[in-house]
Amino acid sequence: MNKLKSMKTAAKVNFATYLGVILAFVLVSVMRSQGLINSAMGGMLVPVCCYIVMAVSLNLTVGVLGELSLGHAGFMSVGAFSGIIAAMSLQNAVPFAPVRLGIAMLVGAACGAVTGVVVGVPVLRLRGDYLAIVTLAFGEIIKELINCLLVGVDSKGLHMAFNLTGTLTIDSLGLGEDGIAIIKGAQGSVGTTKLASFTAGFVLILVALFIIQNLVNSRSGRAIMALRDNQIAAESVGINITKYKLMAFVTSAALAGAAGALYGLNFSSLQAAKFNFNTSILVLVYVVLGGLGNMWGSIIAAVVLYVLPEALREFQDYRMLVYAIVLILVMLATNNPMIKGFFARLFRRDRKAEPKGGEAK
Amino acid sequence: MKLSRILSLALAGTLSLSLLAGCGGGNGGDQPANNGNNTPSTSAPGGEGGGNAPTGAAFKLGGIGPLTGGNAIYGNAAMNGAKIAVDEINALGGDIQFDFNPQDDVSDAETSVNAYNSLKDWGMQALVGTVTTGPCISVSAEAFNDRIFALTPSASSTDVINGKDNMFQVCFTDPNQGTGAADYISENLPGSKIAVIYQNDNAYSQGIRDTFVAEAAAKNLEIVSETTFTEDTQNDFSVQIADAQSKGADVVFLPIYYTPASVILTQAKAINYAPTFFGVDGMDGILTVKGFDTSLAEGVMLLTPFSADAEDERTQNFVSTYNSRHGETPNQFAADGYDAVYVIYEALKAANCTPDMSPQDICEALVGVMPTISVDGLTGAGMTWDASGAVSKAPMAVVIKDGVYVTP
Repeated sequence: MNKLKSMKTAAKVNFATYLGVILAFVLVSVMRSQGLINSAMGGMLVPVCCYIVMAVSLNLTVGVLGELSLGHAGFMSVGAFSGIIAAMSLQNAVPFAPVRLGIAMLVGAACGAVTGVVVGVPVLRLRGDYLAIVTLAFGEIIKELINCLLVGVDSKGLHMAFNLTGTLTIDSLGLGEDGIAIIKGAQGSVGTTKLASFTAGFVLILVALFIIQNLVNSRSGRAIMALRDNQIAAESVGINITKYKLMAFVTSAALAGAAGALYGLNFSSLQAAKFNFNTSILVLVYVVLGGLGNMWGSIIAAVVLYVLPEALREFQDYRMLVYAIVLILVMLATNNPMIKGFFARLFRRDRKAEPKGGEAK
Repeated sequence: MKLSRILSLALAGTLSLSLLAGCGGGNGGDQPANNGNNTPSTSAPGGEGGGNAPTGAAFKLGGIGPLTGGNAIYGNAAMNGAKIAVDEINALGGDIQFDFNPQDDVSDAETSVNAYNSLKDWGMQALVGTVTTGPCISVSAEAFNDRIFALTPSASSTDVINGKDNMFQVCFTDPNQGTGAADYISENLPGSKIAVIYQNDNAYSQGIRDTFVAEAAAKNLEIVSETTFTEDTQNDFSVQIADAQSKGADVVFLPIYYTPASVILTQAKAINYAPTFFGVDGMDGILTVKGFDTSLAEGVMLLTPFSADAEDERTQNFVSTYNSRHGETPNQFAADGYDAVYVIYEALKAANCTPDMSPQDICEALVGVMPTISVDGLTGAGMTWDASGAVSKAPMAVVIKDGVYVTP
């Protein structure tokens, strides 16, 4: 009986999250068609969608699996550059842009997942701080590797070179006359055709939410949370640690890859240096301030904290200072017993109302 | 308990507010001329510096560059230079008045596009920016789609202007600099063994290195050592310097910014390695690095379009204005920013544009006249542009002697 009730609230929150996202999308779309959204806001829509997916997916690792990952931007980077390669090389084969974007995001997700497995298998044997350190190193390694990557495409196909000695240039790929350079090492990808759209971002958020919330509320999800709460106890009842940890980690990496592909195709130039430690921390801040394990919290935190520095442009050079102060105030406010009490009372009222309804039936 | 929490929150709030107020005041005190025009919401355009406030409409001129963060020195210099030019033009009281609005992009492509969109909402009619290369590529693509005329003071990659007819540069392109440096070395330092140290996670550095190496091969220059560093490793160059020294390089080519270059000079001095250091325009500014012993830069050669010690009157005026406003000698980025505003000014004049025209109309008009005008600026006399957007002016090699640039 108790279980049923708690399930019900969880399901309710899930549906409220979907509904909120859909409503927000409809609202923004309507406002956009009416010309009510200025170009500053309009330009932020796609990056916001990407960061929401990043935050939600990192929440799966940090909030649900309970492992601190500091290399989430690394997966985003893998997804972004593989997505760009896919989109640019299919330019002639798939002329319809939304389909190409879809393929690019799938490729990004797949590459993200593969890297997730490669990193996850050895790394998830570590716990706590060690895991954080290794994922941090992973993010940096990805950045350095992409700095060495040269990719171009011509009618003969894809050309790749790995510029380890620092002496190769894009000319050493031997591209044909119709060839275009896609990734030029440290200069990153340049001249990418912009494919990303707000609708694609919205669909990606829904897909990410659907995958994560269903995973969390499944048998596997309960196993993952059991691992988080007490690994030894979970192991003693026969939960396969490696399997479930990898499941959460790889899902998270794949979603980050898809978000990265969308992000990469929203800007005409992208350098690997963008996905550095700071980006990982930024996403982690969204997750922590939104609440660990709380998906709608991550969404709101990502939106508010992404828009905030831009909305603070009036403060000029001090905007980042104001941003930091706002972060501190949010932390204080969410830990404030008054506000916590307020929410607790809200929920209690909810719970009181519910059994009554049940009894009446 | 509860009360104290609320109290602490309220206190934190007031504290942060007063902190902000303090900062704002400080800024106003330091740079009186720079304050009023910065805020997008101020309605009075461009009056402070010139004193000759325009009565009618003014062209809305946007600026984007890193005003905070690691590259802030470039963005601030360019925007300060541009501001001086705007004030001078406004003081003339002619038909063309500017309302200048510089925005920060932290040298990040994403933030840069956001800044660009904010400026678009503000009603920007032409853009001076962006200052750094990576962000500029993203912003130029947006400006191309929106048909807003853009002129970058210092983003030197060819990717910035490639395929965009409304994007122009004040600075040399990377190939131009790399080729120029190789040509200069082959003519003036023949038979030398060259070492190259460059930053391989930076588009600017990598771009110049690529063209330098290509041109060096064509000119039969001997490159004995090539070593790299990244943003994260630019505090120690002992490996790179030792490599250059052990291979007997007598010219070290540094297509990098001056902050790492100052470290290289210091460390080379420490091991008594004294080759000829040869830099490009990023090296300009090395004499202003805080805590850097300028005697270490003696004999450093660099390609730069601007020298603050030039004798002509305009440069002298600019340097003294800049000095009195910001308390430092302007570098080449400041001169580029200054020139960018004058180029737009000349182009607007040539195209007979009026401030009530839409950004798109202005863009088409300016794109039409840009290849026809010739502008005398601080960074070169008789600058002309081709339709691709690249500038044509003569690069100038200078050598640092007694703490000033002299032409060898």
